[in-house]
Formats: sequence, C-alpha cells, structure tokens
Amino acid sequence: MQSSGRFVSPKVELRGVDLRYFGLDGETEALKGISFSIAPGEFVAIIGQSGCGKSTLLSLISGIIKPTEGAVLVDGKPVTGPNRKVGYMLQQDYLFEWRTILENAVLGAEIQGANMGKARTRATQLLTRYGLGQFLHHLPRQLSGGMRQRVALARTLCTDPDVVLLDEPFSALDSQTRLALADEVTEILRREGKTAILVTHDIGEAVSMSERVIVLSRRPGKVKSEHTIRFASAQGERPAPFAARNAPEFNGYFNTLWQELEVHVGG
Amino acid sequence: MSVADTSLIAPASGVAAGASPHYREWLKRERRGRLAIRGTQLAILLVSLVLWEVLPRAQIVNPLLTSYPSALWPTFVSLLKDTPQQASILTHTGATVLATVIGFTGAMVLGTIIAAALWWWGRLYQVLDPYLVVANAMPKTAFVPIFYIWLGATLSIYGMSLAISLFITILMIYSGFQGVDPNKLKLAQTFGASKGQILTKVVLPGSVPTLIATLKVNAGLSLVGVVVGEFQSASVGLGYLIQYGSQIFKMNIVMTAITILALVSSAMYLAISRLEVAVMRRR
Repeated sequence: MQSSGRFVSPKVELRGVDLRYFGLDGETEALKGISFSIAPGEFVAIIGQSGCGKSTLLSLISGIIKPTEGAVLVDGKPVTGPNRKVGYMLQQDYLFEWRTILENAVLGAEIQGANMGKARTRATQLLTRYGLGQFLHHLPRQLSGGMRQRVALARTLCTDPDVVLLDEPFSALDSQTRLALADEVTEILRREGKTAILVTHDIGEAVSMSERVIVLSRRPGKVKSEHTIRFASAQGERPAPFAARNAPEFNGYFNTLWQELEVHVGG
Repeated sequence: MSVADTSLIAPASGVAAGASPHYREWLKRERRGRLAIRGTQLAILLVSLVLWEVLPRAQIVNPLLTSYPSALWPTFVSLLKDTPQQASILTHTGATVLATVIGFTGAMVLGTIIAAALWWWGRLYQVLDPYLVVANAMPKTAFVPIFYIWLGATLSIYGMSLAISLFITILMIYSGFQGVDPNKLKLAQTFGASKGQILTKVVLPGSVPTLIATLKVNAGLSLVGVVVGEFQSASVGLGYLIQYGSQIFKMNIVMTAITILALVSSAMYLAISRLEVAVMRRR
C-alpha cells in the first residue's frame, strides 16, 4: 500500500477532493473525498467502472475543471487552471483534420505562444522517433489509428510537460496496436522521466504499465484501495508492459484487482 | 511496429499495370454507368428544348405565352444594343450579378460575425434564438416595398439580397460552430487556450465545410432576393427586364432573361464547387 513517493515531495497531490455536478433536476456527486499523492517520475494507474469519475479526475488535475471542495496541487502549488507542467492525452487523437501531422503536433506550443521554430524542431524529432518522420506533411486522414495516436503523444510531449495524463489513450485502437503502443508509450514516458497518470478500465493495461494502481469505487468515486505493482521476477528492472503480462506476478495482481472491481459490479 | 503501419496508408488511385481482367471489367462497367448518367442528363435537356420549340410551333400551346428556344438568340443579340430607351442586356446581367455577389458576400461576412458573437456569448444566443428562428421563417420578399421606401431604388435591392440570406446564414454557421467536436475544444483547453484561440484555431477552421455549404445556399437565395427586388424598384437588372418584358407582353425578352438567370446561377454554383474542391483538398 505504500507509495514510492513517501519521502519525496509529491509531484501531484489531491487533498479531500469532492466534485459535484449541478443540474436542474438535482446535483450529482461524481467524486467524494479523493486524496492521494504521486511522486515525481511515478507511473500510476487509476481504474474503476465506467462512470466512476476517472476521467473527471484527470480533468481536475489538468485544471480544466475545478473541484467543488478540496485542493489539487502540482509541485505543491494549487491548480487554478490549465498548467504547462501537465499534458493531457485524451481517449482519441482528436487530430485537426485541416492541419498536417507536424502542424497538429505543434498545436500546444502554438496555443501557449512558445517559440515556434523550437517547437517545430522538437515535434519533428519526436515524430521521427515514433516512426512518423516521412509523414510530417501528411494529413491525419492518411494515417492509421495507431499512427494518429502516436501523433497525439507527440503533440502532448511537444510542450515538454512534467506530468502526462493518459485518459484510456488506447481505447479506440485494435487490440494488437493497443499492446504495441502501450509498450512504446510506457518506454517513452519512462525514458523522459515523466510522471504519468493512466486512467483505464482495462485491468491488464493498468497492471502491465504502472507502478501503482489506485482503485476507484462506483459513483460517487472514492479511493477504494491502492496496490503497488512489483515484478520481483524481473530483478528490480521494470519490465515493458508486454513482457509484464507474461511475468509470474501478473495474474496475481490481475485477480486481486478483478475482485476489487467485481465487488462493485454486484453493488 | 511503426513500419508495419505504413501499409495502412490509403493507396494512391490509378490503375495498376497488372490489373486483373475482373478489375478491368469492373472499371469498364463503372465508366459505362457514368456515361449513361451524363447521356440521360443531356437527353432530358434536349427533349425539353425540342418540346418547347415544337409545341408552340404546332399551335398546341400558345406561342405568345411561351416563346421558342430558337427565338432566344436573336432576342439576345437585339438586346445587346445599348439604346437610350433600353440599356444593353449585358448591363442588366452585370447589375444583377453585382447585387447578388454583394448580397451573399455581405450575408456571409455579417452572418459569420454574428454567429461568432452568439457562440461567444451563449446567453445572447439563448435570448435571441426565438427571434432568429422567426426572422428566418418570415417571407423576406414581403419587405420588398418597405425596403424600397426605406432604402431607395438601388440600396433596396442590395438590402433584399442580404436580408434573404442573412438569417439562414447565422443559423447555419452557428449550428456549424456548435457541431465542432467538443473534445477538440477540450483538447485546446488542456493547452490553456483562450476563448479567442479556441474560436480562431478550432471553431472557425473546423466549420469550413459548413461555411461552404452556407455559401451554396446563399448564392441561390441572394439571386432570388435581387430579382424580386428588381421587380419592384429597378430600372436595370434581369428582374427589371423580366418585369418590363411581361408588361409589354414580349415573352422573348422574358425567356431570354430567365435563361441568362439560369446560366448565372449555374456559373455561381460551379464557382463555389471549385472553391469547395480547392478548400477540401486539405481535409
């Protein structure tokens, strides 16, 4: 249950966060009393049933919505709005079909008013590294789903955020691409030393990619439990997600988390 | 894995050298199908023209009411002359086209600005929504006499041309703005985009297909507005020529003017289609 970030000041911290939605027919409690902290460089997965407020949690951390109660902190400072330290990768690529791949990748830099020459150089480097070097001036519709999602990753990383939020980033992909891209993305984020928060309802994805899994209960979402994921069989090395699926520890974690979620399916 | 994905890139069109006989057969059938459609379209036009020519000549319909296609060209040539009593038909056509272009350009510019304002201030839209819907449903041509009194002979035509397409423009473009994927807006927000940036970088470029569709609707509507306006007030323009021709019971003039209107609207439609192809190539 212990967080690897216990003795380091946390990169991301939530303190007693409540979120309620208001409508004419009443208010809905989406999240209730959420507290956790994430250490710099840590890769944390948040799992839960659909509708438990997982994605909302990411919107809170990114600053595009504000908590009804409680505080969200990045680097110890309260989040008051979208923050350059935080990058957000959405469920689908949402590439702008009227922009080329390179133009899409520099969107964030352009919005943030960054130096466009530098941004273009960095985006070109990232895209080339992800095997898209020959498609810089193609349009999104000419690319496959996996390639498009890699452009989305480049767009997120082009502004060089410390924290990367991943909202089921592979859910729109076919299963092979999904596994391959999970490996690629995890490797990229680890190598760049990013703090990553992955939201998913896929237990296998959570166990194979992250160092810690936070389980949310059904609506209103509360932190139900936390599980540190360790692969002793890999001699302290963190295996890549695909390899992790074959590690002897994988099934144990999978079953534990499955049961955690199962409890709530039965209500 | 990245290399494997390249095969998923859309293949370039064009027939491969080693196309199978089945494919060749399929292509041939496709081409024949397209030719048949074109041929039928042409046949409909020809049959219509022949009927129009033959029925009045055979006195099955009264030629005074319909004129003949063969009378159009001589009438056109005679109308080309610039006389003190009557301006050349080219002047009439020019005036109508100019008023139409002014009308739909004005409607596009003004409509886009108003739609953007409604998008910017959601409350404003909520307040104005019923008025816009009613204004759009109103038969604008009912205002032709009023516009004539308010704006005078020339401006009333421009005004009608604008009024007839403005409200539909606002409604279409606004709904286009609303139709931009909210996740694209969210994406821009995650980078901290301001409202102005969301408008210029996401909403407007994302609405280009709607803008073109609106332009198509408007070109036709504005032409209607101009012609109706000219019925009332003009001393120049194809609408005026139609009115004049019918008053002196010269169907040749009326039909010639109407034929030119058909050509003008086809030309505008073609021009907009060209624009559409040019813009959509980047999508």
